[in-house]
Amino acid sequence: MSRLKNNYENSRFHRFEAWMAGDTDILKGKLEIRRPEEPEEQEIELDETKINAAVYDMVHNRELRAFRILYRLASVILCLTLIAVLLWTVVYLPKFGEPDNPINNEVSARYIEKGVEETGATNFVTGMILDYRAFDTFGESCVLFIAATCVQVLLRLDDSGSREKQKKKRAEENDRIYEPKNDLILQKVSCVLVPLLFIFGIYIILNGHLSPGGGFSGGAVIGSGLILYLNAFGFKKTERFFTDRTFRRITLAALTFYCLAKSYSFFTGANHLESGIPLGTPGAILSSGLILPLNICVGLVVACTMYAFYTLFRKGGM
Amino acid sequence: MDFIRNFPFFSIILAMFCGILSSVLKGKQARNLCLFMVTTVMLLSGAVLWYTTKAGSFIYMMGHFPAPWGNEIRAGVLEALTAVFFAVILFLSLLGGMKHIFFDVEETKTNLFFILVDLLMSSLLALIYTNDLFTAYVFVEINTIAACGLIMIKQDGHGIVAAIRYMVMSLLGSGMFLISLSMLYDITGQLLMEPAGEAVASLVSSGQYRVPLLVVIALMSVGLAIKSGLYPFHSWIPETYGYATPAASAILSSLVSKGYIFLLIKIFYRVLGYQAMVQTGITNVLFGFGLIGMIMGSVKAIQETDTRKMIAYSSVAQIGYIYMGIGLGTRAGMVAAVFHIFTHAATKSLLFISAVGLYEVSGGKSDYLSLRGSGYRNRTAGLAFAVGSLSMVGFPMLAGFISKLLFATAAVQSPAKMFFTILGLALSTTLNAIYFLRLVISIYSPAEREYGEEVSFLASRKLKAASFLFIVVNLVLGLFSQPIVDAIGVGLNQFI
Repeated sequence: MSRLKNNYENSRFHRFEAWMAGDTDILKGKLEIRRPEEPEEQEIELDETKINAAVYDMVHNRELRAFRILYRLASVILCLTLIAVLLWTVVYLPKFGEPDNPINNEVSARYIEKGVEETGATNFVTGMILDYRAFDTFGESCVLFIAATCVQVLLRLDDSGSREKQKKKRAEENDRIYEPKNDLILQKVSCVLVPLLFIFGIYIILNGHLSPGGGFSGGAVIGSGLILYLNAFGFKKTERFFTDRTFRRITLAALTFYCLAKSYSFFTGANHLESGIPLGTPGAILSSGLILPLNICVGLVVACTMYAFYTLFRKGGM
Repeated sequence: MDFIRNFPFFSIILAMFCGILSSVLKGKQARNLCLFMVTTVMLLSGAVLWYTTKAGSFIYMMGHFPAPWGNEIRAGVLEALTAVFFAVILFLSLLGGMKHIFFDVEETKTNLFFILVDLLMSSLLALIYTNDLFTAYVFVEINTIAACGLIMIKQDGHGIVAAIRYMVMSLLGSGMFLISLSMLYDITGQLLMEPAGEAVASLVSSGQYRVPLLVVIALMSVGLAIKSGLYPFHSWIPETYGYATPAASAILSSLVSKGYIFLLIKIFYRVLGYQAMVQTGITNVLFGFGLIGMIMGSVKAIQETDTRKMIAYSSVAQIGYIYMGIGLGTRAGMVAAVFHIFTHAATKSLLFISAVGLYEVSGGKSDYLSLRGSGYRNRTAGLAFAVGSLSMVGFPMLAGFISKLLFATAAVQSPAKMFFTILGLALSTTLNAIYFLRLVISIYSPAEREYGEEVSFLASRKLKAASFLFIVVNLVLGLFSQPIVDAIGVGLNQFI
């Protein structure tokens, strides 16, 4: 529970250290140094409303105005029609929860009756998404991965590049001085909550095959714990253990493991070979074959992606 | 089981794995990995094509559990043919636009571009090979997000606006597709294509759940039509294709929208039942919109002065052709539509890539007056553009001629729609000729201003090679069309 000290540079110890290292500038504060004034670049002010008015000439352009009104009216009508049609369809759909509905067929019967025996997971849902239909879940993890990639494309500001980009980056980073810092109440509360959140998230992930939960929900809990910690203690603290590079490595490792493990499983399954992965006793923590490690992978990807989204929206980088 | 049956699965997983791996690579390494992946997929799919023509279609279990419980993929002649073709087009588009990728995309983000391309390829392959409706939805999602990323990666104002537009329209389509999927699950209880198809067939014959089934059919067709840019839902096309980096434009116009159409055809045949679809009349609706799109897309293209937007509007017209073929409601119409998917993919990417070669030597301007004489300044690109335009217009020996011939032949076989189809074809061809030949004449007219000698150095060797190979692909489609048409027919038979 260490607070971030802002005035470390003025502390006695630091000055002593600097003197020892010979960093103390003798002339500091004794010479008047005046920087040559940079000519201020004039930014062209863009008034959106004026430009729009000039381009579209809304006052005189009757045709365009009529078109806009018609366009809005048409879109409202379209939405209402779609809603009406969908509601009307609901009336004809099978009633919810009836025993002889089409969805109560041999598919769900086998998931329920033989699920434990075939996947080793006492939680049917986990058995279904990570064993029966694991290919879809791999696709979903890749959706998260590609979404994170797109956010990076859009929001990551990199060091290299032209001077203009550097300037843009500095301008964006200026936003960060308005971030709240060292809020005592938040820090105290998160000291209590963050460990609990982490432990609870890990519990959800590790027990994904035994009780409700799994990689997606547990990862979301861990991710929110990270975000809370970040809000309370600031980026300097989190950057010590979580940077852009950590994110990339964890995601790469988790997705690679998922990809290779499931490829092995798909390959053996399709070729009717024995996979040789023991299912263990249903109900034990180390059971259900690949499901536990896969849940851990999914959890890591989800936690990292959530945290990455949050940090990227701060503008700049992780 | 023959080892070759693993190849569709290998190609999907390889594309995904390359995408994941590219996140830690540098831009150039990611590029090499991506090109390696596309080449490998091409070879693997070629092997699958060879195998399926001999041994017929097969189903591949993704895991240890058979049909209604686990995931499955399926490969037949048509799937393998499409996969080979898509891989070829992707490779050539990347090759042709490579210089611009490294110019348009920030240096530190080039590896992200190739992640998007890798995952896009994996999702296209999954859409082609899937035998499971929900897998299809998951990969439609990946496809949409990857396409969005490719549009905005150029990071200028136009690109971002275009990406937002694309995202809104495309997500509307995805949403409709998802709603229709969940309704279909509600009334059939199946997600895999074959059992779902059997359940739908029994529902149709017993007359149960008539209304939900109709809504499912409508939502599914409209959702995928929005995503592929059928006429009244085309408003995202011109900006998207006009402002993205050239390789991305070529990929988006020739592959992404075709992936959705292919999925729609597969669902029509394997889940909803083609005859049942014809009876509901949804094919007539698609026919109508396709026909209007053919005319309106061309009219809009004539009004456009920016060449890239003009090519984009021409895409609207060509998508109209494909839906018209589907809407004819006959087997011949469907064969023509599938052949036109190939034709359009090959020709449109050729046009986008060769048009870039023309701007490079015209001071970067893309309106058609500035392009005057550019056919002399960059001869390969000029030749490629001329070939592409002639193919679009339907010049004999080229791909476009064969697909127009197939459409016309198919129209004769369905008397009710013959008149409108032939009329639409004639009108649209004339309009196509007006704007494409105007451009071809303009690039071969003497320029009014002088461009220095040094501009000719700008034409990169890769672009020349890609243009040349595109012309070859076009000629192959045009001259040796019969085996391809036969293969499409065999593939469609295997669907049922």
